[in-house]
Amino acid sequence: MANALSQQTQIGDALLQKNRMRLGRLFIYCPLAVMAVLYLMPLWVMVVTSLKPLDEIYGGSFIGPPQTVTLDAWRAAWSQACIGTECTGLKPYFVNSLLMVIPAVVLSTGIGAINGYILTKWRFPGANFVFGLLLFGCFLPYQAILIPMARTLGLLGLAGSIPGLIFVHVAYGICFTTLFFRNYFVSLPDELTKAAMVDGAGFFRIFWSVILPTSIPIIVVSCIWQFTQIWNDFLFGVSFTSGGNSPITVALNNIVNVTTGRKQYNVDMAAAMIAAIPTLFVYIVAGRYFVRGLTAGAVKG
Amino acid sequence: MNAAKSFSSRLAGWLPRIVVAPSLLVVIVTVYLFILWTGVISFTSSKFVPVYDFVGLEQFVRLWATPRWHTAVANLFIFSALFLVLSTGIGLLMAILLDQNIRSEGLLRAVYLYPMALSFIVTGTAWKWIMNPGLGIQKVVNELGWTGFTFDWITDPNMAIYTVVIAGVWQSSGFAMAIFLAGLRGIDNSVIKAAQIEGASLPLIYRQIIIPMLRPAMLSVIVLLSYIAIKSFDLVLALTNGGPGSATELPSTFMFSATFRRNQMGVGAASAIMMLMTVAAIIIPYLYSELRERNNG
Repeated sequence: MANALSQQTQIGDALLQKNRMRLGRLFIYCPLAVMAVLYLMPLWVMVVTSLKPLDEIYGGSFIGPPQTVTLDAWRAAWSQACIGTECTGLKPYFVNSLLMVIPAVVLSTGIGAINGYILTKWRFPGANFVFGLLLFGCFLPYQAILIPMARTLGLLGLAGSIPGLIFVHVAYGICFTTLFFRNYFVSLPDELTKAAMVDGAGFFRIFWSVILPTSIPIIVVSCIWQFTQIWNDFLFGVSFTSGGNSPITVALNNIVNVTTGRKQYNVDMAAAMIAAIPTLFVYIVAGRYFVRGLTAGAVKG
Repeated sequence: MNAAKSFSSRLAGWLPRIVVAPSLLVVIVTVYLFILWTGVISFTSSKFVPVYDFVGLEQFVRLWATPRWHTAVANLFIFSALFLVLSTGIGLLMAILLDQNIRSEGLLRAVYLYPMALSFIVTGTAWKWIMNPGLGIQKVVNELGWTGFTFDWITDPNMAIYTVVIAGVWQSSGFAMAIFLAGLRGIDNSVIKAAQIEGASLPLIYRQIIIPMLRPAMLSVIVLLSYIAIKSFDLVLALTNGGPGSATELPSTFMFSATFRRNQMGVGAASAIMMLMTVAAIIIPYLYSELRERNNG
């Protein structure tokens, strides 16, 4: 009898414990869920606003789902909206951004890979100093180089052009990509290169057939990071280009800041979505690598 | 033949340096020489184009006599302080909550971090719409029945800078969370187990053991967020365009408009140098300690 009683209180205790645990879990899940809603809200608002006709926007609430779904705003943002006096939509600027981002990503990642290889596997006196010089470039406030860069691009005949922007993004991208590859190659055992050297492989041969095949993950990290940074850049775009050569961020800002006539919020939001889709897509497909690039900025991670 | 061999082996010895030289040259020119160049311009009377006369500290004096610059500096302090405290606090809290063996942790993490993939221009555009007093949050709350509710910070010169804080924290607190989470995952579980066996409660363990152990992550977060705050430019431009009036001017937007809009290149260069010195004062000690620690460890 006493035994049964104690067993019962034990069960009671266990139940109580379980309930308390549940309550504790509630305190964990609730704030997480609230935060998730807050984080998703702007994206939701952008999407629903871009799908509404203009009258519904002025009449209804900005957060509710659309009563009538229309893709007119997307069509307008893509091919009709006016940027300055040109009513071409975002399409040509989207192409500009692609023409800028692809060469810039490939070049800066390639150069960063070979730099990282040299700074770890072919260390020379002063290699650390060279790395330090490059590293500070990651944290450069670009305002400090805007004026000289504008002058230099002018002297090189690259002012206001897409090749000029590619040059700028590669020059400052090298700092980040070198950091990524150096930190990755540092953890590769030196025996790998030494064994290849004994076998008679030279500098480029080792890079090409020993190092590169092991570095696919960091190549992905570097490409994603560079793609996001360059696609999202606004400062260089607005400082060094004008008119038809602008990247998409500059064109988006111009669309949004049109002040004449009835403000077409649905077109603004569709334009913002169009500018955001490439980087969002990359993030959804390869978020893991994106996070690695992000935390690589915290040198030790 | 011997000479040829020694030449080729010497070449092989120099090859790494030769390959790294062009990028080093580009960085030395586009980072260090350009900084120097900006410094030189800040000592000249340049207006629309650079002229190379020497006027001493005149531009710096003029810069610090500009009310707009005072607004920009004051805003930078308000913005960075709030941005840092809120992003770090929210980021740390979310990281700790996410670290409790949460179901669908991956999904939640992805949700908190996706704003980092967006351009500040997109963020600014979205929040400008959300905080629009005529059609955004204010209207929705009013229609829900609370008719006295006002949220018109974005058009109020005294409050507009806080809208920049809201959008900035929304964009960047996920970043703080990611770094803290990486830090939490690096902590040895046996320490926590031992403390639990000693009978320490979970909040106590966090306060006394875990958060102190996150110091390196905390340092990284604070340094990187300060850097983001100081160079914030696109967010302000897209959200408020520096306005109403000059209410949300920051040093970065001041530099841009002085140089490219108001033809005060000398003042613009001087403000750029002030920004650079602020960043350098934060970043150089950080890089120094990170690199030294790593070489020791």
